[in-house]
Amino acid sequence: MKFGIVTFPGSNCDYDAYHAVVDALGESAVYLWHKDHDLQDADVVILPGGFSYGDYLRAGAIARFSPIMREVAAFARRGGPVLGICNGFQIACEAGLLPGALMRNAGLKFVSEPVHVRVENSDTLFTNQLAAGDVLRIPIAHAEGRFVADEETLQALESEGRVVFRYVNAAGQRDPGANPNGSVNDIAGIVSEAGNVLGMMPHPERAADPLLGSDDGLAIFQSVLERVSA
Amino acid sequence: MKRFRVAVQIMPRRGILDPQGTAIAHALHSLGYAELADARMGKHIELELSATSEAAAEEAAREMCDRLLANPVTEDFAIAEVRDL
Repeated sequence: MKFGIVTFPGSNCDYDAYHAVVDALGESAVYLWHKDHDLQDADVVILPGGFSYGDYLRAGAIARFSPIMREVAAFARRGGPVLGICNGFQIACEAGLLPGALMRNAGLKFVSEPVHVRVENSDTLFTNQLAAGDVLRIPIAHAEGRFVADEETLQALESEGRVVFRYVNAAGQRDPGANPNGSVNDIAGIVSEAGNVLGMMPHPERAADPLLGSDDGLAIFQSVLERVSA
Repeated sequence: MKRFRVAVQIMPRRGILDPQGTAIAHALHSLGYAELADARMGKHIELELSATSEAAAEEAAREMCDRLLANPVTEDFAIAEVRDL
């Protein structure tokens, strides 16, 4: 299976994503330059973390108009799996592939630390190798990760099982102290209405190798592999 | 075509937590401004553009706000000024 990893000017987790896919998962990956119009027959697209366009204006606001985003949006509309991580989540929201927005952390600080997230729905393209209630230890590194959405959108996300990951403490319990950015309902990751686009602020690609302190994130890549290669 | 400068003001929507505004308010309180009730922080963007009329310049700026400059989920924008250059 082939993963296409988009490199925007300012992306800095594209190599980490490549390492996770190629070395940890054992699949193939190609870098997709943001100015290209070709997804190179990728089966899965990753919008990686970083600071595309220096986060100018708003995180992800300018990257979403990069030429390749037209192809990524069309791929997503056809049901193609898209994994937006951190800045990739911000770009996916700005592009309308996911609802809501990511705003400045409530505490104003850039937070770079391992967090715990609980799998809220294991019946998704991205979590089928996990069980609901599983707690993953995955790092975050962002200043704009506070997920917000209007009441109606939130209700839809919650009632349709589209909140995939929630920030919790190490025991797997919701706890205001475990929410690193003030996200509404402790939301760390969501999927699109059709379920084929995942956006998450934590970095599973940085937790895909025991050498990095955790390989809890690998199951997300394995889940996509399981569904897409089936 | 004439040239115009259009100033747009983009503010976090009321009701959405604005931690930068809150930090500013705290700083002003610590400087002794007890009368300060609240502070909010947004963006001010100046656009220089060509248009056939003031109304057309404003219209173009509104479209730019809708498409890129403001996030419809979290922000409101207003045209603060249209000036003939």
